[in-house]
Amino acid sequence: MITGSIAGIGAGLAAIGAGIGIGQIGGKAMEGMARQPEAAGRIQTAMLIAAAFVEAVALFGVVVAFLGTK
Amino acid sequence: MDLSHIFNSKKILNIVFSAVFITAMIFSAQAQETKKAEEPHVTKSEINAPHEEKEEDISQTILHHIADSHEWHFWGEGENKVAVPLPVILWTNNGFVTFLSNKHDHNDHGTEIFEEKGQQLINYHGKYYYPNAVKNAEGAYVELDENAVPTNAKPLDLSITKNVVSLFISVILLLIIFTSIAKAYKKREGKAPKGLQSILEPIILFVRDDIAKPQLGYRYAAFMPYLLTVFFFVWLNNLMGLIPFFPGGANLTGNIAVTMMLALCTFILTTINGNKNYWGHVFTPHVPWWLYPLMIPVEIIGLFTKPIALMIRLFANITAGHILILSLISLIFILKSVMVAGIAVPFVIFISVIELVVGFIQAFIFTILSALFIGMAVQEHAEH
Repeated sequence: MITGSIAGIGAGLAAIGAGIGIGQIGGKAMEGMARQPEAAGRIQTAMLIAAAFVEAVALFGVVVAFLGTK
Repeated sequence: MDLSHIFNSKKILNIVFSAVFITAMIFSAQAQETKKAEEPHVTKSEINAPHEEKEEDISQTILHHIADSHEWHFWGEGENKVAVPLPVILWTNNGFVTFLSNKHDHNDHGTEIFEEKGQQLINYHGKYYYPNAVKNAEGAYVELDENAVPTNAKPLDLSITKNVVSLFISVILLLIIFTSIAKAYKKREGKAPKGLQSILEPIILFVRDDIAKPQLGYRYAAFMPYLLTVFFFVWLNNLMGLIPFFPGGANLTGNIAVTMMLALCTFILTTINGNKNYWGHVFTPHVPWWLYPLMIPVEIIGLFTKPIALMIRLFANITAGHILILSLISLIFILKSVMVAGIAVPFVIFISVIELVVGFIQAFIFTILSALFIGMAVQEHAEH
């Protein structure tokens, strides 16, 4: 018997979205760096900032799940 | 951002890797031993306690570990626990009430009223409340709402808690480290850096060249003190949170109040440094006038969501990391098998190493986003 809160499913869904987003960002940044190795430093910085914004969405999901399970 | 210049020495990498592997071996050996020692104990308590309560216990234990507390707990439970009591300072109806936390921590179920300076109080799960006139069904002087949170009035808690002590320790550490390097820079002006200076100089230059300059342009110098302070404060506390024993282990950057104060500092800096152009964007955005009723509220909300996102990002990242590590350790107790330790412990070490990187990246992200927001506030129109 599995018991738990539906908030956990919500957190999981948020994680799927963020996973797709960060995957896209990382993949495209890799591509960009392979095409232009001399711009790797700047691409990496921009990638981390964009990844942080996307990740924040997943973390909002986690925080809401926390509030939901209390 | 090229990090390779920080880690370009192969020697350092070798030392770090061998250190990680040695600790890994020690940890797994210790885990095996403690598992062996605890095995009979676990099975015995399992007979007494029903299954559901055991699982509830584990999530309670995890949440307890990442939460703030009135004492600094080292090891042991109940009577044999070894912990440093910390001062409790409460602003009650009768003025300030102070006592050491171990004086009233033997009963934290709220079933016993104690009196300090003529003020009646109860300790319910480590928090202090005013007692109710009548007991509830469990014999406690509290009234719980549907989420099992007491609805009792409580005094204003200004205690020196575990997180506050940890904050003091990290502030003292930062002051010692950075005043000493500041002195070294004055004394050895024009010469090559030495000692601590040579470890931290690449990181300080990294903050200046890769965070401040690209985001703030020629105005970077004014904001360097803030950015460096935030960067090293967040980074040091992230790392201290990962140390499982005394000077660390307090999960300070995983406390939403701490990250809120940091985000508030960034918010205040952006607000007071915002120029005409920045406020122009907020109150007269470049849209047709009939969109103003929609755009102005959105822009005003945007002012507040930026620091709120900063706050939640750091808090949730660090808290999630700690919960992950604790959950993996708890797998051994959930599945009730020593064999799980063979998978769980190496995995915990793997996650811990990732957390070291996350600790750095989160400090970096917090600083670069602060710089970005400040940069947006101070840039002139032509610089778009």
